Amino acid sequence: MDGIMSQTTQAKATTGVSWTSRFKTWEAFLLLITAAVFVLNTLASPYFLDPWNLSDATFNFTEKAVVALPLALLIICREIDLSVASIIALCSVVMGLLAEAGFSIPLLVLGSLIAGTLCGLLNGVLVTRFDIPSIVVTIGTMSLFRGITYIILGDTALKSYPSGFEYFGQGYVYWVFSFEFVSFLVLAAVFYFLLHRTNFGRRTYAIGNNPTAAFYSGINVARHRLILFCLVGLFCGLASVMLTSRLGSTRPTIALGWELSIITMVVLGGVNILGGSGTISGVVIAVFLMGMVTFGLGLLNVPGIVMSIIIGLMLIAVIAMPILLRRFKQRRS
Amino acid sequence: MANLLKNRETQLAAVIVLMLVLIAFVNPDFIAPSNLLSVYTESSILIILALAQMLVVLTRCIDLSVAANVALTGMVVAMINSQYPELTLPLVIAAGVVLGTLLGMINGLMVWKLGIPAIVVTLGTMSIYRGIVFLISNGEWVNSHEMSLAFINTPRTEIFGVQGFAIISLLIIAAIYIFTEKRPLGREMYAAGNSPTAAFYTGIDVGRTQFWAFTISGMLSGLCGYLWISRYAVAYVDVALGFELQVVAACVIGGVSIMGGIGTVLGCVLGALFLGVINNALPVIGISPFWQMAISGSVIVIAVIANSRAERKVGRIILRKATLARG
Repeated sequence: MDGIMSQTTQAKATTGVSWTSRFKTWEAFLLLITAAVFVLNTLASPYFLDPWNLSDATFNFTEKAVVALPLALLIICREIDLSVASIIALCSVVMGLLAEAGFSIPLLVLGSLIAGTLCGLLNGVLVTRFDIPSIVVTIGTMSLFRGITYIILGDTALKSYPSGFEYFGQGYVYWVFSFEFVSFLVLAAVFYFLLHRTNFGRRTYAIGNNPTAAFYSGINVARHRLILFCLVGLFCGLASVMLTSRLGSTRPTIALGWELSIITMVVLGGVNILGGSGTISGVVIAVFLMGMVTFGLGLLNVPGIVMSIIIGLMLIAVIAMPILLRRFKQRRS
Repeated sequence: MANLLKNRETQLAAVIVLMLVLIAFVNPDFIAPSNLLSVYTESSILIILALAQMLVVLTRCIDLSVAANVALTGMVVAMINSQYPELTLPLVIAAGVVLGTLLGMINGLMVWKLGIPAIVVTLGTMSIYRGIVFLISNGEWVNSHEMSLAFINTPRTEIFGVQGFAIISLLIIAAIYIFTEKRPLGREMYAAGNSPTAAFYTGIDVGRTQFWAFTISGMLSGLCGYLWISRYAVAYVDVALGFELQVVAACVIGGVSIMGGIGTVLGCVLGALFLGVINNALPVIGISPFWQMAISGSVIVIAVIANSRAERKVGRIILRKATLARG
C-alpha cells in the first residue's frame, strides 16, 4: 500500500543527504504552492498584505502547529495520536479548576503541562506495554479524555481566569509578533534540531523505518515511543494554555475536531503517515500553507465548512500529485 | 467447552448479559423483551455501519468517512423527497444507495489506484463529503413536515411487532455473514488483511479487494443515510457528526483487529450492541448522559487491552514484499 509513496521519501530521509538536496523535493513543492497561495491572496484581497492582518491570521493555526511539531515525530516513529484535541480540552479543564481554586498563573500553566504529559503517558503506556496499535488506543482515550471534560463541566463553562493569564494567547512579544507565534518559531527551531541534529532524531527515523531492526541495533523502541507520546501530551498542554488564554473560557467542546486539522498539517508537510520519513521544515511550511489558505478564504467570506472541503481536497491532491507525476513520467520513458 | 469460554464472542456476550443483569437491578423494566427489542432497533444503524467498517478494517484499511457519507446521502434523499414528494420511495432509497456507493468507490479508487493510505484518503473525503452537505443545502435544515409520510414511516412499519429498522439490519447481518464466510471476495478480504504479501502471491489483487470493501462500505452508508434521516426525521449538516468513531469503536470492542485479517460478523454485531445497550441504559439507570462518552472511551481501551493478548502472531516474509512488486 505504501510502496509507491515511501520509496523515494524514505530514501531521502534515511541516507545522510545534505540539507539542500532534502529541500529540493517535497518542501520545495510545498513552498511553491504556498507562494502561489500568497500571491493569489494578495491579488484577491487588498487587506491581505497588512502586517496586523497577517499577524491576526497566525492565531488560528499556531496552537494547532505547536502540537503538529511533536506529532510529526510520533508519526515518523510509526505511531499516531488521535486524542490530541481531547488532551487539550482536558488540560483546559484542569486549568479552569485550578483558576477557580485561586492558584497563581505559573501554577495554572504547570498544571496544564503536567496534565497533558500524564495523558500522553497513559497513551504511551497502553501502546508500549500492551503492544496495541496506537490508532485504536487513542480513539479510545480520545473519547475518554473528552468524556471526562463533559463529566466535569456538563453544559457549564469555566471562566474565572486571573488577569494577566490572557498574555499567552493574546499578548505580543514585539510589534506584530504575538507570544504564540514567537513560541511556535522557537519551538520549530528546537524540533528541527531535535529531529535532524541529535541521536534522538536519528533513532526516531530508525524506528519508523524498521522497528525490528532498530530494536536489534540496540534502540529501546518502547521507551522511545513512550517519550514521544509524553512529548505530544506535554505540547497539547502548552497549546491548551495558549488556546484557553486566548478564549478566556473553557467549555467541553473546546478544540473539538482539532485532531484532524493537526494531522492534516503533519501529513501535508510530507510526513509519511506510515512512518519512517518526514521533516520539520516540511511541517512548518505546511502550517503556513494551511494558515494562509484559511485566512485568504476568510477574507473572501468563505464559510468555515467550505474551507474544510478545500483543506480535504488539498490533503488528497498534494499527496496524489507526486504519485501521478511519477506515473506520468514512467509512462513516457 | 473450554474453547467456547475462550472465544471472544462468548466473552463479549457474557459481558453484555452481565451488564443487562446489573441494569435490571436498578431498573427491571429495561430487560423486558419489548424494551430489549427497542434497544436492538435503536442500534440497527450502528450495527450496519459497524459491519461495513469491519469489511474495510479486515483489509487493513479504515474508513473515517462513513458518518460524512451518511450525512451527505441523507441530505440528498431528504432533498429529493421534499422537492419531488410524488417520487416513489424505492427510487429515492436507490438514489441514496447509488450515491453512497459512488462515494465509497471514490475512497476505494484512491486507495487502489493511487496507493494513498486509507486513513489519509478518508480523513480528506470526510471533510469534503461533509462540506458538500453544506454546499447543497446552504446550511439549511430539511424538517419532518417537508418529508413525505411514506419517507418517514416506512422503516417504522412493524412486521410481527418488529420494526423495519431491525428487519433491515437483520437482513444485512445475514448478507454480510454469507459474504464473509462463503463468497470468494469475502474470503479474499480476510486474506488480503491477514498477510498482503501472501495474498498477492496467491493471486489476490489486494488493492482491488480493498476497493470493493470501500464500495460496500459506501453502499451501506448510503442506505444508512436514508435510515438515519427517516429515524430522526430531520436532515442537516451535522447529522451523525463524529459517529465514525462509534462505528470503529464497535468493531474494536467486537474483536475486529485494526491490523486487518481478524474479525467476525457475530463479534462485530455484539460490539455494536454493547455500545447500544450502554447508550440506551445510561438515562434509564439515572446516570447523566454526560458520562456516556467517558464510559465508551474506557470500554474501548479495556476492549483493546483484552484483544491485544489474542491477536499477536507474527509471520515471516520470505518473498519480496508485494507492495514493491505492484509499483
